[in-house]
Amino acid sequence: MESLLVANRGEIARRIIRTANALGIRTIAVFSEADADLPFVGEATESVCIGASPPADSYLNVDAVMAAIEATGAQAVHPGYGFLSENADFAQRVTDAGVIWVGPSPTAMREMGDKIAARNRMQAAGVPVAPGTPDPVPDVAAALVAANEIGYPVMVKAAAGGGGIGMSAAYNDDELASAFETAKTRAQRFFSDPSILLEKYVARARHVEVQILGLADGTVVALGERDCSVQRRHQKVAEESPSPAIDSATRAALLDAAVKAGEAVDYRNAGTVEMLFDVDTGESWFLEMNTRLQVEHPVTELVTGLDLVAEQLRIASGEEVSFDAMNPPPAQGHALELRVYAEDPKRFFPGPGAITEWNEPTGSGVRVDSGYANGNVVTPFYDPLLAKLIVHGETREAALDRARSAVAEFTVVGPKNNLPFFVELLDNAEFSSGDYDTGLINRMRS
Amino acid sequence: MAEVRAEMSANVWKVLVKAGDSVSDGDTLVILESMKMEIPVVAEEDGTVSELAVSEGDNIDEDDLIAVIS
Repeated sequence: MESLLVANRGEIARRIIRTANALGIRTIAVFSEADADLPFVGEATESVCIGASPPADSYLNVDAVMAAIEATGAQAVHPGYGFLSENADFAQRVTDAGVIWVGPSPTAMREMGDKIAARNRMQAAGVPVAPGTPDPVPDVAAALVAANEIGYPVMVKAAAGGGGIGMSAAYNDDELASAFETAKTRAQRFFSDPSILLEKYVARARHVEVQILGLADGTVVALGERDCSVQRRHQKVAEESPSPAIDSATRAALLDAAVKAGEAVDYRNAGTVEMLFDVDTGESWFLEMNTRLQVEHPVTELVTGLDLVAEQLRIASGEEVSFDAMNPPPAQGHALELRVYAEDPKRFFPGPGAITEWNEPTGSGVRVDSGYANGNVVTPFYDPLLAKLIVHGETREAALDRARSAVAEFTVVGPKNNLPFFVELLDNAEFSSGDYDTGLINRMRS
Repeated sequence: MAEVRAEMSANVWKVLVKAGDSVSDGDTLVILESMKMEIPVVAEEDGTVSELAVSEGDNIDEDDLIAVIS
């Protein structure tokens, strides 16, 4: 691979460009008007402005990105996460243009992109799925019938959704009627598809996901799990690996299910199989598969010692990965990622603004993947992720200690930010014990 | 009289009232969107919308006037 266009922004574009630059690949950043001064633009070999600040005019504008690919002669495209990364039509256009898509086939993306089809497909492949509706639920009346069959509480989700948008739990008929309408409106607005599905809602759940890599020869390998149970508004705030909640037998079962899921759709490149783990029963179920690099991939990198972006580029080029696929590297020690968001640390409401001071922590076992630098302006157009602080330690306790020091050392002045929340989280007895679930933040705030 | 101002820079997604409407404490006046989150802006007292300073699609900054309730 000689050149790579990164169809994304912020920290993930910068992180991909860093690896590609180190591999001697010519890198091309695309950016919106609002992002012209961000570090990822300057760190790429070349950069192209693809439009105005609203995502629909730039990062989601397929024609604008295709034009940039053509104008720069890019040989490959890495989509990052979010934006066009799970858009199978875009992947198809890239592929049809004779350009390498750093990701799975458009077919696998389509099969996993529709949550209902994916669930049915996984069930057929022998992967456990939660009780739920096998088809989209057309209206409130049908939702009420389905919910009474599944049994309350139920989770209402957008079939085409992600990122927790439009998701809510309902404990009775009244709540379901209102949750259904809200989910439908949001699904239409955010994903242009109003299809809704219902699933059994697990009261004390942990969100445990498995990193997989589908190799060029068709082998699917699992690279351990990440526990993503620290969430606000159904969105992840902190992730760790290994999961403190599961024993080695459960881990083996989860990894096995994830490999089966990947094999069922002939998966290539990096993907993540999300599972729900019921703390009370020890059961786990397939939730969905993300057909792209995940935000929290660095925790896997810190425990395995791999560079997942470099492996993605090798696979996309038809080359072998850097490790023995029969014996993928096991987790060494413990890693924790904290998502530093531009939001207030109490209610978690967005707080964009100009950065007047920015000092990242450094040192052994500390990594910062940031999208911003001192002097940049955080605008309201995109998600609130400023940076990811990722730490590694010999044990979970050592990793938490390292995180406490690193958070104390991290200074962001200007936009509101949730660093004070992480001070609280790292001092929280439930989190420190490792025995927590996805309701943790709500309990901290109630 | 109460001025309703923006808590953060945002895009005005929906305007749910017009000048002259009477509103009650807690009624949603407009819905902002910032950083992929919808943020309802509510009236904090009963009254009449005597001034509406934003339209759907506007980009507004922190502390910009949204409406006046009197």
